[in-house]
Amino acid sequence: MIDIEHVSRVFGTGQNAVTALQDVSLHVPAGSIFGVVGQSGAGKSTLLRMVNALDRPDAGRIRVNGQTISNADPRDGGEAGIVGAALARARHDIGMVFQHFNLVGNRTVVQNVEFALEATGTPRARRRPKALEMLDLVGLAHRADDRPSQLSGGQRQRVGIARALASEPSILLSDEATSALDPETTRQILDLIKRLSRDLGLTVMLITHEMEVVKRICDSTALMEHGRVIESGTLEELIGTRESRVSQQLFPVGDHPPTPGNSVVDITYSGLDSNNAVIARTARELDLDLSILGAAMETVNGRQMGRTRLAIPGGDAQAQRVVDAVSRPGITAWIVQEVAR
Amino acid sequence: MIDITSPDFWPELFWTLLAGTWETIYMVGIAMIITLIVGLPMGIVVVGTEKGRFLEAPFGQRWIGAALHHSITFIVNLGRSVPFIVLMIALIPVTRALLGSFVGTGPAILPLTVVAIPFFVRIVEIAIREVDPGLFEAAESLGASRWLTVRRVIMPQATPSIILGSATTLTSIINFSAMVGVVGGGGLGQVAVTYGQQRYSWVHIVFVILILFVLVQAIQGVLTALAKHYGLPVPRRRWFGRRRDAQDALLASEANIPHETPTDPSLEGDRK
Repeated sequence: MIDIEHVSRVFGTGQNAVTALQDVSLHVPAGSIFGVVGQSGAGKSTLLRMVNALDRPDAGRIRVNGQTISNADPRDGGEAGIVGAALARARHDIGMVFQHFNLVGNRTVVQNVEFALEATGTPRARRRPKALEMLDLVGLAHRADDRPSQLSGGQRQRVGIARALASEPSILLSDEATSALDPETTRQILDLIKRLSRDLGLTVMLITHEMEVVKRICDSTALMEHGRVIESGTLEELIGTRESRVSQQLFPVGDHPPTPGNSVVDITYSGLDSNNAVIARTARELDLDLSILGAAMETVNGRQMGRTRLAIPGGDAQAQRVVDAVSRPGITAWIVQEVAR
Repeated sequence: MIDITSPDFWPELFWTLLAGTWETIYMVGIAMIITLIVGLPMGIVVVGTEKGRFLEAPFGQRWIGAALHHSITFIVNLGRSVPFIVLMIALIPVTRALLGSFVGTGPAILPLTVVAIPFFVRIVEIAIREVDPGLFEAAESLGASRWLTVRRVIMPQATPSIILGSATTLTSIINFSAMVGVVGGGGLGQVAVTYGQQRYSWVHIVFVILILFVLVQAIQGVLTALAKHYGLPVPRRRWFGRRRDAQDALLASEANIPHETPTDPSLEGDRK
């Protein structure tokens, strides 16, 4: 569980000051996979680095599993942030993977993983077996004695994951872990993170600029822009929110020129087993010649999610009847555009 | 003038050169060992105590870091800016006070060490600066202590560069050791001066040059090999590889055998 409360961070001073984070609050529930999306420069990376105190806030408080990691103003909010040995111990419970893997090139794969165990003070005799066990978990036990340079990008990231998880943390932070990888490798790494998070009971906070990553593994997400969180919530919540930009980016249906005499209605699905029948049945029951302008559908977390944009003839009253007819738990609909004249 | 035709000349030359070579190796070797012991930690500390780096605040105190950084930088700059011949003369009273004498191979080690340490600190500094900052961050995220990070991350990554830099340092010390010989420090430099210059024996000069050349070659060769062993990147022989592949493919196509092009493992995608 990660609690980020009213966190701000300014880099530089005076005229060169850049506000990287501005009053950001987020709650990452235990056991969830939380994705922070945004363009580069939005402050995502700064936010993530706050969680394991690679950076400290200028205002606000960070707590992980109830322990205060950083507190910019301890007089208001109780206990101060941690440093030294206590911080090192807290970091053993927070694994982190990096975009460029950050493996030590002159040491072997297994030595890289062993380093994480050495950092936790694991006795020498237990390091090697544990490191090999971790490599086995990511399917790389057979490459233990190779140098990272002998591995492909995806394999290197798997070593990064093995290293991050060697100290058996409860939290995994991912800093654009798949951004340097090709699409197929990205999918493999994401599936691995998802499988491990489920098997090991991890809480995952990841940052990415790709909606595909959110769609593939996240159950909650926050959209950041210019150092602020614009919106956040579970995917189900956001998909059914009319103004949600996450929803629009996850399931883009495009812009359509207004057709005279038609209203435009959006129907969003979050967590249906099947949706096709809904539109067909509504069209039949209301005796409508509706047409589909655009649709984006995908299986997210094993459930079908998406958005369909319909053109509905017969005026706004008719459009409202469609909205009423399809709305139910798991389906949200609204009129995007009233009849064009 | 020395008589080359004298029957004693060649044995004498041999023993003179042997003694001179031994003295050079002795003072250069000892100076290098002291330089390593003193210069390596100084190099690590001078980079580490920079603002925003891993030793920024030793014992939690930023001022200690700043003080260490600035004093080492000052010493290094001072040492690097004084010409060796001036440094050597300036150190005569110091050497005499510390070792009782300033003539001979033993006392010569002091100025050699004093000139080599600042040089070597710079070498270590450059090597450590080349270590990817992402690695420090990864070590930090793992909750590794500073000492562990130095041992397991910084040193493995910086070692090849430091070894190569040691070869340059050793060569410099050999260079300076000849100058020490001029003022009675012994070694091959002194052989060159007493026999070559004062007694006009070109044979001595030629042999001194030859021995120094072989010495430097050997040092460079051994240390370069060592640096490669510790991970100095070696260029892949791609061009030859490609041609071999092309030849294999051609032969295979002539024989009508399906040919599989071997792929570079580091470029290979992550397929299952």
